[in-house]
Amino acid sequence: MRGYMDKKADIVIVGGGPAGLAAAAGACKEGVKADRICIVERDGELGGILNQCIHNGFGLHTFKEELTGPEYAARYIGQVEEMGIPCLLHTIVVDIRMEADGRKKVTVMNRSDGMFEIEAGAVILAMGCRERPRGALNIPGYRPAGIYSAGTAQHYVNIEGRMPGKEAVILGSGDIGLIMARRMTLEGAKVKLVAELMPYSGGLKRNIVQCLDDYGIPLKLSHTVVDIDGKERVKGVTVAEVDKNRRPVPGTEEYISCDTLLLSCGLIPENELSLDMGVALNPATSGPVVNESLETNIPGVFACGNVLHVHDLVDYVSEEAENAGKNAAVYVQGGKNKTGEESVAVRCGGGVRYTVPSIIHIAYMPEEQVIRFRVGNVYKNACLTVRFNDKVVMKMNKRVMAPGEMEQIKLKKNRLEEFEGLREITLSVQEEDS
Amino acid sequence: MYDVIIIGAGVSGCAVARELSAYKRKTAVLERSSDVCEGTSKANSGIVHAGYDAKPGTRKAALNLRGNILMESLSKQLDFPFQRNGSLVLCFEEAGRGKLEELLERGKENGVEGLRIVEREELAVLEPNLSDRVIAALYAPTGGIVCPFGLTIALAENASVNGVEFHLDTEVNKIVKIEEGYRLETSKGVFRTKVVVNAAGVYADVFHNMISGHKLHITPRKGEYCLFDKTMGGYVSHTVFQLPTKYGKGILVSPTVHGNLLVGPTAEDIADKEGVNTTASGLETVLERGEMSVGHLPAGKIITSFAGLRAHEEGNDFVIGEAEDAKGFIDVAGIESPGLTCAPAIGEYVAGIIQDILPAERKEDFIGERKGIFGMWEAGHEERKKMIHENPAYANVICRCELVTEGEIMDAIHRPLGATTVDGVKRRTRAGMGRCQSGFCAPKVVEILARELGRDIGEITKAGGNSGFLTR
Repeated sequence: MRGYMDKKADIVIVGGGPAGLAAAAGACKEGVKADRICIVERDGELGGILNQCIHNGFGLHTFKEELTGPEYAARYIGQVEEMGIPCLLHTIVVDIRMEADGRKKVTVMNRSDGMFEIEAGAVILAMGCRERPRGALNIPGYRPAGIYSAGTAQHYVNIEGRMPGKEAVILGSGDIGLIMARRMTLEGAKVKLVAELMPYSGGLKRNIVQCLDDYGIPLKLSHTVVDIDGKERVKGVTVAEVDKNRRPVPGTEEYISCDTLLLSCGLIPENELSLDMGVALNPATSGPVVNESLETNIPGVFACGNVLHVHDLVDYVSEEAENAGKNAAVYVQGGKNKTGEESVAVRCGGGVRYTVPSIIHIAYMPEEQVIRFRVGNVYKNACLTVRFNDKVVMKMNKRVMAPGEMEQIKLKKNRLEEFEGLREITLSVQEEDS
Repeated sequence: MYDVIIIGAGVSGCAVARELSAYKRKTAVLERSSDVCEGTSKANSGIVHAGYDAKPGTRKAALNLRGNILMESLSKQLDFPFQRNGSLVLCFEEAGRGKLEELLERGKENGVEGLRIVEREELAVLEPNLSDRVIAALYAPTGGIVCPFGLTIALAENASVNGVEFHLDTEVNKIVKIEEGYRLETSKGVFRTKVVVNAAGVYADVFHNMISGHKLHITPRKGEYCLFDKTMGGYVSHTVFQLPTKYGKGILVSPTVHGNLLVGPTAEDIADKEGVNTTASGLETVLERGEMSVGHLPAGKIITSFAGLRAHEEGNDFVIGEAEDAKGFIDVAGIESPGLTCAPAIGEYVAGIIQDILPAERKEDFIGERKGIFGMWEAGHEERKKMIHENPAYANVICRCELVTEGEIMDAIHRPLGATTVDGVKRRTRAGMGRCQSGFCAPKVVEILARELGRDIGEITKAGGNSGFLTR
């Protein structure tokens, strides 16, 4: 069904990565005709960034087996193809405009059909995220070749079959950085060090073990790159320890020669389109503010996956996106504009950085609502407290909670319904005295 | 044997080349880098100064005013971004008022039009985000901003179209006086010429001193900058300067012609003519002093930082003219601020000098106009559709942040003096200049460069030389 160019659709999905694919399948399962759905993907293939993630470990939750990124993507691509959901490949969404009647006009362009509009009842934002560049970290030094985001390096190694360098230092211990430390090592490069600004790693524990420890790659916490040397190509970097305010400690500088610096310092949801169309963003996630239906402040515009908030596991992306797809289906099948309807705010108390969703309309929530959140620090013997208004309704103990691991709780609809005068739900975390 | 050889393809060299290209002479530009605009011209404030700064009677003062006037018409002829957004010089203390008045008077004497002092009340309307510390300002409506790459590349392309030869990757090692003029020994062989124009930026003293007994000394004066995301572009609409205070020379805060916010520069004299590294303390100073003007500058909105080197000459004025003891050797040296503004006027002035030394006729077929690369990002939907209809490559977006398409990148590669490096593509099209700083588009740009230039992707560099992207 490629090369499709209908001018009208029920649901347009921006992005054909894991989120977009699962959203499409979800909408279809909920009864939207496959040919009334349209996935717009800027790359030549579906699957998004999974295509370059050739390591395994994907799908443990969803499929109970360890898949590689392309294998995981293939399961969803197969599903979407079987359903007959059309995809526009090599196609970029230029902008999305709202019509007076609530419909959306999605302007897209590609080489074969030029620039044209698709009218849609609902839009699902599934654009994913991008990596924080050197500039955003404001690392001093020269600006030579040889500085890559970990994902760019991954693209070169896994897609192009090219090596970005021979001796690397990696700044940031995000998952892609850890994965690339192993990947570069396996391809014959020497990874001399992974430096992490924070006193804890931003990546999954299993990745630290399997990608660094197993290969003897040192991880230095509370360290950062304070200078980049090399006028044409990177020749070395200076790494220094940082104090608790993340300021370099004079005298701790160490020069490490290398020809490559990889950056794995966080991901930022890619919300150019969202901002442009007036979607409200949450400063803590850099993704849209959404309600229980994963619907943004614009009725009929939904968001899911890494464009909403950065996930650790693709399984949760798929799960969330499938829900977004189902909710978008309900919307186009006669769902209501909830603007102005009574709602409950989900708030971050101490220790919690953000929650998704942050608004719940009780009438529209499922029997069991998943609230995903991240904490702002490492908590040992952590205690999570949930309050309805001022009343503590739930307490949960966890041995460790860390910013690098997304957490979730489930709220039962009847408990919210039964609580009289419920205005806000607050999540907070503190360390238990043991 | 050349009539004129220009050393250096920065904005001064290219401005001279473009003026000379209107005359019937054999002219060449020698540039050590693999592209034009690789030195000071690529890393500066991008400001078109009104002209109140320079001491009346200096060459700087005269060329500044002339350059400011020429820039607008030139931007139309050569199709590069220029905006007359006006500038403000902020005063933070009552004691500074005298200095402000002094600037006003100096500006008037230099012939700058429309200058006036504005008070706090009016300032709050002109620039709502100025800090509370500002008490008054000098307003210069003729101040402007320009794309420094856009200007330099436009001049070079137009010169090239009109027959000036550009020899890139050609480093001049030695200059020898010969009977007919000069012999230039370079990394690409020997060039002979009647006239030399020394527009070598921070290296102008090196070349000058090879043939003249009156020694020049150029000090690289480093300036560090922070560039902010486009969401900050509207933070100020004018270019906001500061009166020098006890804390040092002022830092400017300015919108760029592309809608970003630029803050800088520091000023530090250094020894290394290649020392374009930023420093932690420099970047800190930029933010601290910038916040004197505009209150808060969120560090999280910085997309990149960079440093450039001003070619500072001790006499504090431009050194432009034939060297006293070296006939036919014309210096264009010490071109620090407001050098970018002056460039069109420098071109005109130096062409005049050469006309006296080596008179030539004007070409009848001189092409005075040049069309820039079509920018999809700023085009309306109808224009975009038309471009895509003509060439479908304009529908293939390569850089998402700045909405740059394959069509624009191919144009950048195939036009006269086209891009051969990733930085070259970046400066011509803005691919990679957005908030992700090329994380997403760099591999695609490398691929297009390789394909269009018929090379392997392993041969594609960031900026020539040993700046290769890949090792295998």
